[in-house]
Amino acid sequence: MSPNLLPVLFIPLAGFFFALFLPRRSPEASRRFALAVSLVAFVVSLGLLMQFDRNAGGEQFVLDAPWIASPRIHFAISVNGVSLWLVLLSTLLTPICVLISWRSIRSRAKEFYAFLLLLEFGLIGVFLAQDLFLFYVFWEVSLVPMYFLIGIWGHDRRIYAAVKFFLYTMAGSVLMLAAIIYLYNKAHTFSYAAILNQLSAGELRLDSQEQMLLFLGFFVAFAIKVPLFPLHTWLPDAHVEAPVAGSVMLASVMLKMGTYGILHFCLPLFPNAARQCAGWISTLAIIGIIYGALVAMVQPNMKKLVAYSSVSHLGFVVLGIFSFTQQGLDGAVYQMLNHGISTGALFVFVGLLYERRHSLEIADYGGVATAAPWLSTAFLVTALASIGLPTLNNFVGEFLVLQGTAIAHFSFAVWASLGVILSACYMLWLYQRVFYGVAVEEVRSHVTDLRTREWAAVVPLLVLMVWMGVYSLSFLPPVSRVTAQVLAQSEVNVPYRVAVPARAEVSRAR
Amino acid sequence: MPGEIVMKWFIGGDLLRFLPEIVLTLAGTLLMLLDPVLGSRRPAAFGHLTIAALTAGIAGAVVAYWNGGLAFGGMLRVDAFATFFRILVLGAGILTVLPSYSFLKRQQAESGEFHALLLFSIAGQCMMVAANDLIVIFIGLEISSIASYVLAGYLRDDKRSNESALKYFLLGSFATAFFLYGVAVVYGCTGTINLSTVHALLAVGGSSEAALLGAAAGLMFVGLGFKVSAAPFQLWAPDVYQGAPTPVSAFLSAGPKAAAFAIFLRIFMTAFAPLGNAWEPLVWLSALASMTIGNFAALRQTNLKRMLGYSSIAHAGYVMVALTARSDTGIAAAMFYLAAYAFMNIGAFAVVSHISGRGETRQSIDDLAGLGQTQPLTAAMLGIFLLSLIGVPLTGGFFGKFYIFKAALESHLVWLTVLGLLNSAVAAYYYLRLLVAMYFRDPAAGAPEVEPLTPAFRAALILPAAGTLLLGIFPSFVLDFAARSAALLK
Repeated sequence: MSPNLLPVLFIPLAGFFFALFLPRRSPEASRRFALAVSLVAFVVSLGLLMQFDRNAGGEQFVLDAPWIASPRIHFAISVNGVSLWLVLLSTLLTPICVLISWRSIRSRAKEFYAFLLLLEFGLIGVFLAQDLFLFYVFWEVSLVPMYFLIGIWGHDRRIYAAVKFFLYTMAGSVLMLAAIIYLYNKAHTFSYAAILNQLSAGELRLDSQEQMLLFLGFFVAFAIKVPLFPLHTWLPDAHVEAPVAGSVMLASVMLKMGTYGILHFCLPLFPNAARQCAGWISTLAIIGIIYGALVAMVQPNMKKLVAYSSVSHLGFVVLGIFSFTQQGLDGAVYQMLNHGISTGALFVFVGLLYERRHSLEIADYGGVATAAPWLSTAFLVTALASIGLPTLNNFVGEFLVLQGTAIAHFSFAVWASLGVILSACYMLWLYQRVFYGVAVEEVRSHVTDLRTREWAAVVPLLVLMVWMGVYSLSFLPPVSRVTAQVLAQSEVNVPYRVAVPARAEVSRAR
Repeated sequence: MPGEIVMKWFIGGDLLRFLPEIVLTLAGTLLMLLDPVLGSRRPAAFGHLTIAALTAGIAGAVVAYWNGGLAFGGMLRVDAFATFFRILVLGAGILTVLPSYSFLKRQQAESGEFHALLLFSIAGQCMMVAANDLIVIFIGLEISSIASYVLAGYLRDDKRSNESALKYFLLGSFATAFFLYGVAVVYGCTGTINLSTVHALLAVGGSSEAALLGAAAGLMFVGLGFKVSAAPFQLWAPDVYQGAPTPVSAFLSAGPKAAAFAIFLRIFMTAFAPLGNAWEPLVWLSALASMTIGNFAALRQTNLKRMLGYSSIAHAGYVMVALTARSDTGIAAAMFYLAAYAFMNIGAFAVVSHISGRGETRQSIDDLAGLGQTQPLTAAMLGIFLLSLIGVPLTGGFFGKFYIFKAALESHLVWLTVLGLLNSAVAAYYYLRLLVAMYFRDPAAGAPEVEPLTPAFRAALILPAAGTLLLGIFPSFVLDFAARSAALLK
């Protein structure tokens, strides 16, 4: 049987519809059902990984079926060495989210798990879609369940956060829609591959102004999602107000929609504009890295701290992409996965602490290490991974990003490395205040150690942190194939427009 | 002699092309006659009969389409375009009748009069959309409008309903007068009222009366702009929609508006197409103003019907964007959008009629609080309508908007597209407020319980929701037909 992407995409959707018809009175049934469905989807996606040809570049498991005749829209999906990992990240984190919501979601559990599965469907679709229209459909579809997850099961200011999240994303994505339509009217196709072919064959020519506007149309939508400073203001609100599962999915997978979009669409489709903008985008990324870290440092709220650390970490990803070097792009993709795992884990732990102590304020904690030693150890590993300690995953990604940036623009790398130092400050300080010291009464009586179900959620993430840190060869080669291709595509049609920036020549020479 | 003419029509198939109007008029008259007989004993029968008549009307429209062509000496033109809109207004009628069963019962206002007026109004619209002659358009417009004025004031003990009817009537008759003035000028200049002839005359060019004809086009634009509630002639819409009985508001926002857009398209895309460069800036401005005024005014509303009234101005603006494109794609986009809009807006109004209670007192956004818990099905369906009105993919509203802006970009209306799309992001805010109330809030303490769903009302929710999703996921069926008829229009 030839490998097929339909099951991994549609199992969550089918799960969503079935979940709607489960009995309202039994939350237990919904939980078990959602866990089963998400595990099946995960196993199916592992099967894809087994069948994926790691030595071949380009898109694999291509499926292309006509959907709408006129305008010609195809249901075209496939995976490459980057999107495969992101799909796996989505399918891995969904069952984990089910596990950690087991006790914290009490009201309207049926709808909660239904929306979680719908979210998984939307996210996987975004990473698979190879038709611009289809991509936009999934992009927006993933927005709706997240809106409900934040709005219904969030904390006190959930309504404000949910609406802000929706409107920010919507405002960005309508411009992307305009750009997509404009591109269609020029190329007469929504097919990503066909547009790339036309570009490289010189059949589709965009003058530099057109290219710049289209690039911005796409880029702003992605930058809001990433989020790139100064478009990040929705993120702390959404993260703090969302339920744990919402924060995890948002940080681990949803933000990657933005960086994946930049890598997959902005660079190959609008190479010149991307290169022209590289300077100020990198500058914004560095501002984001440092600003995010500084703001994280002064947060009294754990969730907000982790949220701002996301702004900082995602800055590295954007910086790596816009270095236009092999190392930088590899590091950026690796960092996308790393951030998904380590920040996802941080949110899981924050959620577990909240479930026990019912507070997100750092000041309410202290001495958790004595009350819950295993929880503390696991948190420490995650925090160290997030800081970028060698042998743990983030180190590899950050190192590659900084290396790539240094090749392209040394001073950028110097500034960005400040962020690494600052991340150690805020993370270790957080650890010190929450886990060390004398345990107050509420902590001693409420904060218990990890349960079996919680171990099950946490262990895969810890294993991956170490694995990705010590043996990146399991993950990086397929990524490098794709990024090398993106790098080549981002230069291929340069001669048709403006002169090649000198920096690109340097990186190619290496 | 008259007998001979009728025979000629009969043999020539002219009567077949007029079938929907015949069916509806007969059924409407029958309902009036039955009113004293059935009266209070079996009020639901009026609804059943109306649905049967409208279904027969749709069948009649299909038969008419099979026997398509000119009728009555070129006064009527039954083509794919006309058939599309006939089926659209008839379908809108069915979707209006379904929620009106429980509505009329609740307001203790069941009578055949309501249904008869509805049928007459739809008959007028069927005639409008198939008209090929300015006088026939005018007659259709008047049949439709006069019945609609009465419908808006149907709850005659309700002050707001009276106010609504009066406003609609006064402003509406002014608008029709403008339109008629335009018709008169056209006749004065060209000596014809036939759209094809006007087109031929204008296409040749060099007509000394070009300026006067431009003025005539302007007058008609005023009249039709009022009927579709496009800025700057939109002022009546919120008041009328708020005051009219809710199913009537639903109907007004779908049926008469679609029919008015149909003649808008016919007049401006055929007869006045040669003057396109002159009227395009006007429509451009009107489109932008409608979207902006509608959306920004809707942001501040707390009354659901009023909010939907403003939102209908904004949606008229989107359709005007499609008109500005002046292309086949634009026409098809407008047609598709009007179909999608009929589904989602009638559906949304149906939910409002359901929750508003006796005397329509509960119409504010707060009255939706907790609907997601008290009545999950109703809330979920309204959720679909709202997502479609926002323009979220996999709904008809999204695809319609996508297609409209695609047409606009094809015609190089970049700024209008960008501003229109940003407008739709603004619009998301006020639709989201309803979702917030339904799902993120708990039911207010002491709020009266929402009535249980009747089978007819369930159909009134599920049918438009299914239509909305169908148009969003498999738009080809409607889209191809719209595109074909748009190509044949000119």
